[in-house]
Amino acid sequence: MADEATSNSKAVANAHSHGEAGASAGTAVIASDAVQNPGLPPHRKRVTDLNPKRAKRAERTVYTLFYISVAGSLGSMLAYMFFPIESGELWQIRLSTLFIGLGMALALLAIGVGAVHWGKALMADHESIDVRHPVASDEETREASSEIFKIADEESGFTRRTLVRNSLLGALIAFPIPGITLLRGLAPQDQDPVTLLKHTLWDKGVRLARDHGGAAVGAPIRAAEVTIGSVFHVVPENLANAEDVLNEKAKAIVLLMRLDPSDLKVSEERKDWSYDGIVAYSKVCTHVGCPVALNEQHTHHLLCPCHQSQFDVSDEAKVVFGPAKRPLPQLPITVDDEGYLVAQSDFHEPVGPSFWERLK
Amino acid sequence: MSTVTTPKTQSKSGSTFTAKAASYLDERTSIGVAVKEFGRKVFPDHWSFLLGEVALYSFIVILISGTFLTLFFQASMVETHYDGPYVPMKGIEMSAAMASTLDISFSVRGGLLMRQVHHWAALLFVASIGLHMLRIFFTGAFRKPRELNWVIGFVLFILAMAEGFTGYSLPDDVLSGNGLRIIDGLIKAIPVIGTYLSFFFFGGEFPGTDIVGRLYMLHIMLLPALVILFVALHLAFVVIHKHTQYPGPGKTQQNVVGYPVLPVYAAKAGGFFFIVFGVIMLIATFVQINPIWNYGPYDPSPVSAGTQPDWYIGFADGMLRLIPPGWETEWFGYTWSWNMLVPIIIMGGFLVLVAIYPFIEAWVTGDKREHHILDRPRNAPTRTAIGAAGVTFYAVMWAGASSDLIATHFQLAMEGVIHTLQALLILGPIVAYFVTKRICLGLQKKDRSIALHGYESGRIVRLQGGEFIEVHKPVSEYERWTLVSYHDYAPLMLRPNDDGKIPFSRRLRAGFSRWFFENRVVPPTQGEIEQGGHDSH
Repeated sequence: MADEATSNSKAVANAHSHGEAGASAGTAVIASDAVQNPGLPPHRKRVTDLNPKRAKRAERTVYTLFYISVAGSLGSMLAYMFFPIESGELWQIRLSTLFIGLGMALALLAIGVGAVHWGKALMADHESIDVRHPVASDEETREASSEIFKIADEESGFTRRTLVRNSLLGALIAFPIPGITLLRGLAPQDQDPVTLLKHTLWDKGVRLARDHGGAAVGAPIRAAEVTIGSVFHVVPENLANAEDVLNEKAKAIVLLMRLDPSDLKVSEERKDWSYDGIVAYSKVCTHVGCPVALNEQHTHHLLCPCHQSQFDVSDEAKVVFGPAKRPLPQLPITVDDEGYLVAQSDFHEPVGPSFWERLK
Repeated sequence: MSTVTTPKTQSKSGSTFTAKAASYLDERTSIGVAVKEFGRKVFPDHWSFLLGEVALYSFIVILISGTFLTLFFQASMVETHYDGPYVPMKGIEMSAAMASTLDISFSVRGGLLMRQVHHWAALLFVASIGLHMLRIFFTGAFRKPRELNWVIGFVLFILAMAEGFTGYSLPDDVLSGNGLRIIDGLIKAIPVIGTYLSFFFFGGEFPGTDIVGRLYMLHIMLLPALVILFVALHLAFVVIHKHTQYPGPGKTQQNVVGYPVLPVYAAKAGGFFFIVFGVIMLIATFVQINPIWNYGPYDPSPVSAGTQPDWYIGFADGMLRLIPPGWETEWFGYTWSWNMLVPIIIMGGFLVLVAIYPFIEAWVTGDKREHHILDRPRNAPTRTAIGAAGVTFYAVMWAGASSDLIATHFQLAMEGVIHTLQALLILGPIVAYFVTKRICLGLQKKDRSIALHGYESGRIVRLQGGEFIEVHKPVSEYERWTLVSYHDYAPLMLRPNDDGKIPFSRRLRAGFSRWFFENRVVPPTQGEIEQGGHDSH
């Protein structure tokens, strides 16, 4: 750093404008005839200092505000008593909220404005000056404290007795390990997430059931009900019997659509996965897992409302836009003897967002 | 200390109740020392110093309203059926968390108001921290000796966002569940450990039945304890360093000019707490927020279009949206989700740069002096330009979170909005940098000209020779001081060291120094002003 003073020819020692004498100014340039600080401008008196009437008025304003605050507090309490909400009607709740809140807001704002006005208009207005001292403690204190460390080191032998010191450090590093181990218990011991993520409730012969439609929720769907252009939000029929319904539902939700078979591009290995133009795709976005709930009928595109990934249903739900990479997994379906849509098997790949061991 | 003061107080005013109480307290706590030390401590005045106060006060409001909410909230995901008075939700299966949130809203008088106070105060808390950080950044208040306090404040910013997110997730409604689903997806994208991290976090598979209870512990115990600890540290440093002040006549690096804590700041700051609380109360009274009864309990299947996270999470959500399609690779049999990892790295890198900026600038300038006088942003053009670029970068990410709403409100194609924002994410900061830097340099030149020649009075005079001139009036020495009293840094000159070599670190620093200070406007000296005064028209 020392050569910086010479590298900037105009720089001079800078003890006068800063606390610490001798602290390097770095590449700062300090002109030798810099403009000098003119000092505080003359004090200007406030109108309340000059005119006793105005001071009196300010005083009245302040105590009136404090009284208003009391009124606000009491008003809020009265509103609490006289605006019941027990009917559960929204307008009643709104009224109660409105008047309790108004009273409290009035109480708070009047205190605040009153106190600030008191401070600004009436309290002594002369500017004060505090002297700053360098943040660093003075030389003497620094020496005394380093002396303390030296004595402590000598008396304990911290640097001398290296074996004691190093074994202590080792012990201190090791002792949190059991605590961290305990955190394994955060999730069930007998489960493995990779296995769990690869299986859903879908299996051979599981019927596709409705996930919407009021009373019809849970009802299995016949192929004949699925008209061209319609969309069904679907869950496995056995979902209600599952142990963790939401966990299973989060993996098993499916969108069912019927397209004109001539619109469908079907690859060789998937030609048996649909039934007469009816296709079923996982509803869980392959990006971060939001439900891909929005359907654009004329383009056959599905849109994830979270991050706008778009999937083309007519082309095996491949990504056409947005941050997702993988197509939505397809659920192979067929029809059982009674005409209900059923799954041929589970999904052939894990549904939902990518994870490290997805391909394992 | 108390042995000296006690006889005095006893003899002088030992009769009144206050004096007796004060004496009682002091004899047991030595509080007199603290009063003597801090009672007349001087604080400078400026509106921008209130931003940090807003943050502190909204945090207190959060603590008060949050404590009320804990009296009724049940952090449990046990399935129950809502049986409260709100008809549309009657009998619907939901978690105890959601049901108790509905009860707070519909069955506890004033409960909805307190929920809204809590939520609005939380939004204001993060917003005021953000603005406070921008004030600190653009005025250079992070310079020595306040670098560590900047880092503490940065930690508070992160903690505040964590508090916000954990709180948002508690009611277990559709929106909060979808927020957690996104977090789950992000965690799962982490290489090697992601799958298990998510497994541990949710206590099994997503969503599980543990997450609300765990987030509740974080939200009402661990995170608030950390916030309080860091706020205490933050304020302790404000006391130790004494507050910075804007440049102005009479203000030096060795003084603080302002008003004493007792009585003026006690009245103004105390009053300001009530104003902040009152404004939050007013907003909470009139503006509904997070009406979970419209969304319904969490269910992995439904989601509505146009859902938005709380504003401070927007930058992260937006960054996720701005990743082009197909950023995922399968290497060595494992999945690398760059579409998540890249946003995490970009946001993480951005935040790290924010956290360490004071150290970078200190290294570039090599200035080891204490700085208690703030910079006017124009007087640090490169820093201000970097700040503007950072703000633009953040703003584009943030706009990304509303890409769908921008598209629907302005009837634009969603793809067009995303592509525009992707371009802006890179071009925007560059343009903002250069524009801001030029504006700063222009303003500096204007200041210099005013200091030297006075300001334009608007009076046009025709001279005898037919020439028209505008009369310039000189500024007062007080106004001039504000214009000329700033630090001027020259670019670092590269010189070989004693061995005749130029080490790489020095070359690097010289490069940075050139970038920072190559374009500079030198403040006028006394001599120039005297000369300028004679030349002025």
